[in-house]
Amino acid sequence: MNTALSWIKAYVPELECSDQEYFDKMTLSGTKVEGYERLDKNLEKIVVGQIEKIERHPDADKLIICQVNIGKETIQIVTGASNVKEGDKVPVVLDGGKVAGGHGGGPLPENGIKIKAGKLRGVPSDGMMCSIEELGSGRDMYPEAPEEGIYIFPENVTVGDDAVALLGLHDTIFEYEVTSNRVDCYSILGIAREAAATFRKPFVPPVVEVKENDEDVNSYVSVEVEDKELCTRYCARVCKNIKIAPSPEWMQRRLAASGIRPINNLVDITNYVMEEYGQPMHAFDLAAVAGNKIIVRRAKDGEEFQTLDGQVRRLDSDMLMICDAEKEIGIAGIMGGENSKITDQVETVLFEAATFNGANIRKSAKRLGLRTDASGKFEKGLDPNNAKAAIDRACQLIQELHCGEVVGGTVDVCAPMKENPSIKFEPEKINKFLGTDIAKEEMLSIFKMLEFEYDEAENTVKAPSFRQDIGCFADIAEEVARFYGYDKIPVSLPSGEATTGKLSFKLRIEEKAREIAEFCGFSQGMCYSFESPKVFDKLMLPEDSEYRKAVKIANPLGEDFSIMRTLPLNGMLTSLATNYNRRNKNVRLYELGNVYLPKQVPIKELPEERMQFTLGMYGEGDFFTMKGVVEEFFDSLGMNGKTVYDPNAGKEYLHPGRQADIIYKDVTVGYLGEVHPEVLDRYDIGTKAYIAVLDMPEIVKFATFDRKYEGIAKYPAVSRDISMVVPKDILVGQIEEMIAQRGGKILESYSLFDIYEGAQIKEGFKSVAYSISFRAKDRTLEEADVSAAMKKILNGLESMGIELRS
Amino acid sequence: MKEKLSQIKAEALKQIENSDALEKLNEIKINYLGKKGELTAVLKGMKDVAPEERPKIGQMVNDTREEIEKVLEQHIAQMEKALRDAKMKKEVIDVTLPGKKNNVGHKHPNTIALEEVERIFIGMGYEVVEGPEIEKDYYNFEALNIPKDHPARDEQDTFYVTEDIVLRTQTSPVQVREMEKGKLPVRMIAPGRVFRSDEVDATHSPSFHQIEGLVVDKNITFADLKGTLAEFAKELFGEETKVKFRPHHFPFTEPSAEVDVTCFKCGGSGCRFCKGSGWIEILGCGMVHPDVLRRCNIDPDEYSGFAFGVGLERIALLKYEIDDMRLLYENDSRFLKQF
Repeated sequence: MNTALSWIKAYVPELECSDQEYFDKMTLSGTKVEGYERLDKNLEKIVVGQIEKIERHPDADKLIICQVNIGKETIQIVTGASNVKEGDKVPVVLDGGKVAGGHGGGPLPENGIKIKAGKLRGVPSDGMMCSIEELGSGRDMYPEAPEEGIYIFPENVTVGDDAVALLGLHDTIFEYEVTSNRVDCYSILGIAREAAATFRKPFVPPVVEVKENDEDVNSYVSVEVEDKELCTRYCARVCKNIKIAPSPEWMQRRLAASGIRPINNLVDITNYVMEEYGQPMHAFDLAAVAGNKIIVRRAKDGEEFQTLDGQVRRLDSDMLMICDAEKEIGIAGIMGGENSKITDQVETVLFEAATFNGANIRKSAKRLGLRTDASGKFEKGLDPNNAKAAIDRACQLIQELHCGEVVGGTVDVCAPMKENPSIKFEPEKINKFLGTDIAKEEMLSIFKMLEFEYDEAENTVKAPSFRQDIGCFADIAEEVARFYGYDKIPVSLPSGEATTGKLSFKLRIEEKAREIAEFCGFSQGMCYSFESPKVFDKLMLPEDSEYRKAVKIANPLGEDFSIMRTLPLNGMLTSLATNYNRRNKNVRLYELGNVYLPKQVPIKELPEERMQFTLGMYGEGDFFTMKGVVEEFFDSLGMNGKTVYDPNAGKEYLHPGRQADIIYKDVTVGYLGEVHPEVLDRYDIGTKAYIAVLDMPEIVKFATFDRKYEGIAKYPAVSRDISMVVPKDILVGQIEEMIAQRGGKILESYSLFDIYEGAQIKEGFKSVAYSISFRAKDRTLEEADVSAAMKKILNGLESMGIELRS
Repeated sequence: MKEKLSQIKAEALKQIENSDALEKLNEIKINYLGKKGELTAVLKGMKDVAPEERPKIGQMVNDTREEIEKVLEQHIAQMEKALRDAKMKKEVIDVTLPGKKNNVGHKHPNTIALEEVERIFIGMGYEVVEGPEIEKDYYNFEALNIPKDHPARDEQDTFYVTEDIVLRTQTSPVQVREMEKGKLPVRMIAPGRVFRSDEVDATHSPSFHQIEGLVVDKNITFADLKGTLAEFAKELFGEETKVKFRPHHFPFTEPSAEVDVTCFKCGGSGCRFCKGSGWIEILGCGMVHPDVLRRCNIDPDEYSGFAFGVGLERIALLKYEIDDMRLLYENDSRFLKQF
């Protein structure tokens, strides 16, 4: 909301402060000021001058030479403007002065434009006459200014006076950010009341007295409210003999400063009152109101209605309509109808100031896709008392501005008003809550400034009807805090029972995952949780895949963000692709993020969220690099039980011969593999890429930070190497299983040290070599122990069809 | 005999003196001190000496041996040192050659910022908890005093899954879930992902992170809230940092405040970074609204509390001077390596 400070000061006449002071103090008392702009910041040495004589420039057709009386003296000014004549009073910037902009309008230079005496085509010119644009403003604010050329003052101004003051430009426009609970502050009076309380100056609202004629409004119009839930108050007044004309300058300027274009006296008055009181009003041409009757009722489903912007709107039965005896003439609180809009020929006007159910207006505006200034206010829930005050204010202005004649009386249909609660006044409790030591009297003086009622007998306070945000103890504590000053409240730290600061076990495991990933060269990425359903096809998931059952967003930003991911792969592959596309070498990324698995489709309860630890890489390294990371991770989590890498993982998006499920103690805890070449193509990744996905909820179940010292072996180990020729289809994992199974108690470890396929090995076989180590805890092993164990192992291997090489 | 020994000694010492290689010294050792060496030969000649003279001669032989041995060892040690020095001289390396790095990975800037925040609050006794990212409307809104059709719902453009299930727009629902557990006092922070339907641009993302904080106990005051957050700001942005509390409105806290910190770029004098104001807004906070407490079966007459919410990306962008939020979700390795 933008407002001139002068308008606020009109109701807080004793307010004196610098712009910055106003900015700071208002912000600290809760009326947040976003920023402000002085209208005269680049206007210097500008006075009223009167043109005494105009002559042609001897050397330029388009220039004229003016003798301008500026009070103490007469100076010569050369101008190209064609709209001035002798006798005109104009703004003149003197030598060394400053104007805000160029004569054509457009963006204003930060530091204005300096004006110096000089010569134009050889003729001395001691200053400049100004257009309204050069004064930093425009015809929106000064509609009386010519479309092109110098601004001309009315005749009654005094030559030599400060022209900037005369134009009301010694003013500052403040921009406020009003919070949604303070609907009363969407008005000049609301902000002025806050300003008065902030600066502890008297608040002087306008005195509203309506001079009305002897007629009775009831003979002009009747009002029937069918739905009192949705329309809490409907005030109607009638003004006749309307004379449409421009509104006075002061009103136009205040509106323009608030960003509202002045139109004519009638429209301007309704807008002015809307700004001043925060109460939207509507004016109907009474001649268009059939049967001189207003009915407030719900629309019928599917009905159509043309609003005054010319658009046809489709209605439903939750929308509230303003109707006459025959037809709808406006959508309540949102926009009037084309059929009853005011034209310049209007004779009699019906003013409406009503209050509606905020939630209903909000819903209707949303469904219509039509949010107006009015609906924006109504949806916050307006004060029914204010409606009456506002309509009276409008009628007062009609009469004062000679816009028309006010018919006596108001038709006022009002549901019983909701009283604000009386809240117990407990100063000690407030102090205890805030951590302050504020005197009871100070609290009471704050309440008084805010127009809260204090009932001494009952010891309660009650907020005025326009403060519907005040409902409980905490609310009045806030009022005290705001005007005592948040900055004056002391600082302390919570006392009381000590608590343990900690990470949950799950978060500690995730921390470990990050540590290991980073140690292994992987950097952390973050991907969106939502993606396109096309991802499933991209990853070649079959039509009936469980992963296609995803949580759908009802109102997504677009198809690309429309489902919640069930797999973490798309994010990882997209990130790898981004890097590949940007020619980054050897990229290793990891992500810790949730996938969302619905418990049923359509969704009825919250889906399961499973944290996934996803690793992806391309460049240096291969499948086993990735597998090594998984192994490091398991080691770090004390997961040294049996881990099986099952090649039959069945992941469509991975290379069929280079993938494995990771099975720890018979539970599948993740998978890894080389990305399927077709998938790589679809992501435009032109090199092999590897991924691993670990399902953290399962990992967390197995992880432990417990460690037990097992002692360092005292007796020597004996190691034996074996070299085998192995049928190709036997996996190293199977060989290891055999060694582990047959090695007996003294088997300490085994490690692969060579694997080879090629020329020297017969077709269909590979050469595999292992080093096997034996050790006993309690003695030095004898040759016989080792031989016996080796024999068992070798027999086992031979039974698998493995040939031993000597 | 005596002369012979003197002669042997003189000859040995002379040879030692003239030796220029370790091998020669070893040769001398063998020639004089070895089993077949000259001194042994002298001892062998003892049989010709009168028995009463023998101990005396024996002593002289041993003295001579010791003397030769001592000089010999000195020379060997010197020689070895010279050799090692010469070898090391050849082993000089260019220490300015690049080191061999392990190429460790890097944390996401969000995570670095989050870990800092967690460290600060864990130190103050806060537990780190989590809540679901897809959340019931009740927890995200209703329990927080934001009923259906409340204007505040417009301020947080919400992604809906069903009428009752939303992508959480804030981490505040975790407050409610934590309080509902009924374990008091509560001191928690809840970091996590939140969603709002904002189009992606340099300052907006439909998915970002918040950190929620909540303290509920007896006698918690607004002053405690101020003190806690002032402490937090100092820890996070430096000892000199000042904080400013501005009244604001959140439906689930009362009184509410927005908190600014002195610009850590200019220290508060005003610069381009803080748009000249000297202050940077970093979080929203307030005293937990009594209705929210009540809904979680906590008696507001007995307990009070404060809550705050920080935008993690905001902290990360400010702290690391990242000028475009999109960088946080592109995962370009050249970006990530800078943290």
